[in-house]
Amino acid sequence: MSGDDLWYWLLGRLDAKALPFVRAWDHPTLSEFIGAGAGAMVVIGGIAMVVLLTWMRWWRPLFLDWLTSLDHKKIGIMYVVIAAVMFTRALIEAVLMRTQQSLAINAPGIVAPEHFAQLFSTHGTIMIFFMAMPFLTGLINYVVPLQIGTRDVAFPLLNSISLMLTAGGAGLVMVSLAVGDFSTGGWSGYPPYTGKAFQPGVGPDYWIWAVTLSSLGTTLSGLNFATTIYKKRCPGMHLMRMPLFCWTALCTSVLMIFAMPPLTLATALLALDRYADFHFFTNDLGGNMMNYVNLFWLFGHPEVYILILPAFGVYSEVISAFSSKELYGYISLVLATMAIGVLSFTVWLHHFFTMGQSADVNAVFGIATMTIAVPTGVKIYDWIWTMFRGEVRFTAPMLFSLAFLVTFVLGGLSGIMLAVPPIDYVVHNTVFLVAHFHNVLIPGLLYGMIAGYMYWFPKAFGFRLDERWGKISFVCWVAGFYLAFMPLYVLGLGGMARRSQALFEPDYRPWLIVAVLGAFLLLAGLATLFVQLFVSVRNREANRVPVGDPWDARSLEWSIPAPPPEYNFATIPHVDRRDVFYWRKAEESTYRAAERYDDIAVPKNSWIGPIVGFAGAICAFGLVWHIWWMAILGLVFAWVAVIARSFVRDTHRIVPAAEVEARERRWLAEVERARPIPRRLEETPQNVGLAEPFPAPVPA
Amino acid sequence: MTGARPMSRTAGRRPAAAAAWPGRTRAVAVALGALGLLPLGGCGVLDHGFLGAAGPVADETRSLFYTVCVILIFVAGPVLVLTPIFAWHYRLSNTKSAYRPQWGFNWPLEGFIWIPPAIIVVVLAVFLWRGTHRLDPYKPLAADASPVEVQVVALDWKWLFIYPEEGVASVDELVFPAGRPVHLSLTSGTVMQSFFIPQLAGQIYAMAGMTTQLNLAAHKSGRFRGENTQFNGMGFQNQKFPVLAESEDGYRAWLARAKRSGKTLDMDAYKTLSARSVQAQPSQFGSVAPKLFKSILALDDAGAHAAHKEAKQ
Repeated sequence: MSGDDLWYWLLGRLDAKALPFVRAWDHPTLSEFIGAGAGAMVVIGGIAMVVLLTWMRWWRPLFLDWLTSLDHKKIGIMYVVIAAVMFTRALIEAVLMRTQQSLAINAPGIVAPEHFAQLFSTHGTIMIFFMAMPFLTGLINYVVPLQIGTRDVAFPLLNSISLMLTAGGAGLVMVSLAVGDFSTGGWSGYPPYTGKAFQPGVGPDYWIWAVTLSSLGTTLSGLNFATTIYKKRCPGMHLMRMPLFCWTALCTSVLMIFAMPPLTLATALLALDRYADFHFFTNDLGGNMMNYVNLFWLFGHPEVYILILPAFGVYSEVISAFSSKELYGYISLVLATMAIGVLSFTVWLHHFFTMGQSADVNAVFGIATMTIAVPTGVKIYDWIWTMFRGEVRFTAPMLFSLAFLVTFVLGGLSGIMLAVPPIDYVVHNTVFLVAHFHNVLIPGLLYGMIAGYMYWFPKAFGFRLDERWGKISFVCWVAGFYLAFMPLYVLGLGGMARRSQALFEPDYRPWLIVAVLGAFLLLAGLATLFVQLFVSVRNREANRVPVGDPWDARSLEWSIPAPPPEYNFATIPHVDRRDVFYWRKAEESTYRAAERYDDIAVPKNSWIGPIVGFAGAICAFGLVWHIWWMAILGLVFAWVAVIARSFVRDTHRIVPAAEVEARERRWLAEVERARPIPRRLEETPQNVGLAEPFPAPVPA
Repeated sequence: MTGARPMSRTAGRRPAAAAAWPGRTRAVAVALGALGLLPLGGCGVLDHGFLGAAGPVADETRSLFYTVCVILIFVAGPVLVLTPIFAWHYRLSNTKSAYRPQWGFNWPLEGFIWIPPAIIVVVLAVFLWRGTHRLDPYKPLAADASPVEVQVVALDWKWLFIYPEEGVASVDELVFPAGRPVHLSLTSGTVMQSFFIPQLAGQIYAMAGMTTQLNLAAHKSGRFRGENTQFNGMGFQNQKFPVLAESEDGYRAWLARAKRSGKTLDMDAYKTLSARSVQAQPSQFGSVAPKLFKSILALDDAGAHAAHKEAKQ
């Protein structure tokens, strides 16, 4: 065996050139330095993390209390942490791209084409798969079991595996910064461009395996949540009594189950093309890339609703809570949600009206697309009428919800424009399209996730977030959005192609400058969210809400302490109507000790999740670099772990009834001591989570 | 005359005044000036797209766009008006507003939120159906003159235009007579690309082994920008080309010039041309091998499988 053979056997196609630092040394350009800087940030960030964990002696709690935990609440929080980390990276990338475009009008700018292409590919991939998906999965994980009155999800271990697979995928994307390159084929990775003939390097492979890990995790999550909602509701919690967030979570889960497999299939077939010389999507030998495009969007369009529906659920909760009023049109909202879920599978072709189908086909899909506007419009009106004759409080989550209503409608308008095929022909692939999907996803997903984070944060951690910083952040997010994306509509109408590293039209310049200012404002929005978190943690003692109901809200999650005990409910609640906690408060039948308490079985921690996630990522890394022994080892290790686990019988731990009762009584004593506060004192330290009965309700 | 003096005086003094400003004030002034100029500098931007229509297809698309915009006012209007009004009127601190916490359903209101949106969608659907059929890119344009046939091959990172009837070809330059319809047949010699001349017509994908079609025309002579809008690698941003709508004479002259260029486009020349590169200048071929477009298509269609096998044996 020669040296080269040995190298290939051991390290595949990995060599020194894979490191951005080496490349920057060889070609000292600004663009390479930016690449090396980003790689350095990953390495330094990793080292800093290790040092911090060691210094603070956090390794044990990190693993024993968190990473191996099967508690849906901790898993939910970990999902949101992944989302926050990945969001930071992808937003910085966005700012870099906007900066480049504002500088590169008849000029080279600061980022070379190769890097620019990686930037838009990672930005899209991360924002969809590693920011939006973990964020909403985290919220669903945390909130749904509490809202339906159960102690855990249907499959706690599977939940941990899903989380760790997603984390593995996210890790792979981060590693690509420091080792090798990421794909340049965009978040949708269209072949033949991403095929071996045109992209022989590792980039598309990083994309394929990162997305595959994440989509496997998401499919499992969907199965888990759907089963949880179908099977684990507390007695009396009929489907039509569930809070609306549960309905949207259910719909999203069903969409995940049916929409993720086409993606997994598409990436798997693309992998076969790249690894085994198959010809599913190649130009030659009978391959046809149109099949990929269809498969991808068969996933891609329902995906949009996977992203948006949970945010719709959040708005339903937030607007109702901060209007002190029943949600208007509950049945309409449920029907509209389900209608959107079904219709979302009938419109995928509108992502490629320009592929040369007949006018009949395009028109049918265009009309199907516009049909979705009806249930969506109904939802918007339901939220508006929820505020009608309410008592609206302008807290940060409510402000985000209001900004959503107004901004999302504008995104809907451009959506209807794009649904008309002849109009699509002239703005498709331009920044008009980019403006459109940011205009639906930023209000329709991000604002919702932020609102949900701020709304449920006191439940999860026992103290409220700082309102002032929340509002500063709100201003940045909203002003930043309008400045960053409204100019793109204009530029798109002016024919500016998306994904352009350089531009040659001086008329574009003023709009691009406004857009980059907006991008920096959005970055400030994220920074202020971190400041808010920091300030809130520092002042946590002043903002504690141990009683657990800081917003005078209506569903079951607010009827338990904040933070909730590991087992959620000391006694499983019985439900006899919608908004049950609201009615119990009105009838003063809440905050009472149960007649008896029972032992509670909670799942024991397990290492299987982290092992599967880590082994999956190792397998993927081996596949990317053609290090076959590593790929096989990772795959075998993951499966052996899962099989070994199936022989473990002792999977639960008992919390004794006495402990449950003692804890419950301590909390009830705290409730006794607490002073109920009226809504106008909601944002003050006097709010300990006990709500004063609201001005005598007038019968409708 | 009197007005001219103060103007010229200010103009003469401006550099001195600017130099005298402290740095920060000047930066603020420049920023404010830039913001003020934005509408002026920015207005031209729309002329580069289909709103600056210069042909019948873009014309019709533009009027469809305006129609849809008008209808959409009825979609967005109520939400944009009601949201702030309700939120403000029913604010907590307004003690005069009504409060009905248990009100959550009303049949007439349900009708109001389901039916009008549905009607708007039906109306839009009618416009959509008709517009999509009228503006079908495959539909030949109605005209007295016969269309100019052009075969388009998308390459990395350039466009090849073959004029089969004239026996010439050009790279990165599309020339045709104004007022006459142009019928394009497109394919790709590489990855998928999207052919787009914003001021004349919508875009259509070009894919290897397959042919798509596009019909367009220009009202009068002019120079427009054509581009690929589907990312296809490192030269993507440079893949723009001039589109010249000429007078009939101008077009004839261009054809004659192309013929004089002497170069021949055959399969070998095509292979050389299709290597990944950005061309600095448009170029022409004076003659084209017969049925070259078909041969290019055959490189990648299903039939190539057999050819590939034969070549191996």
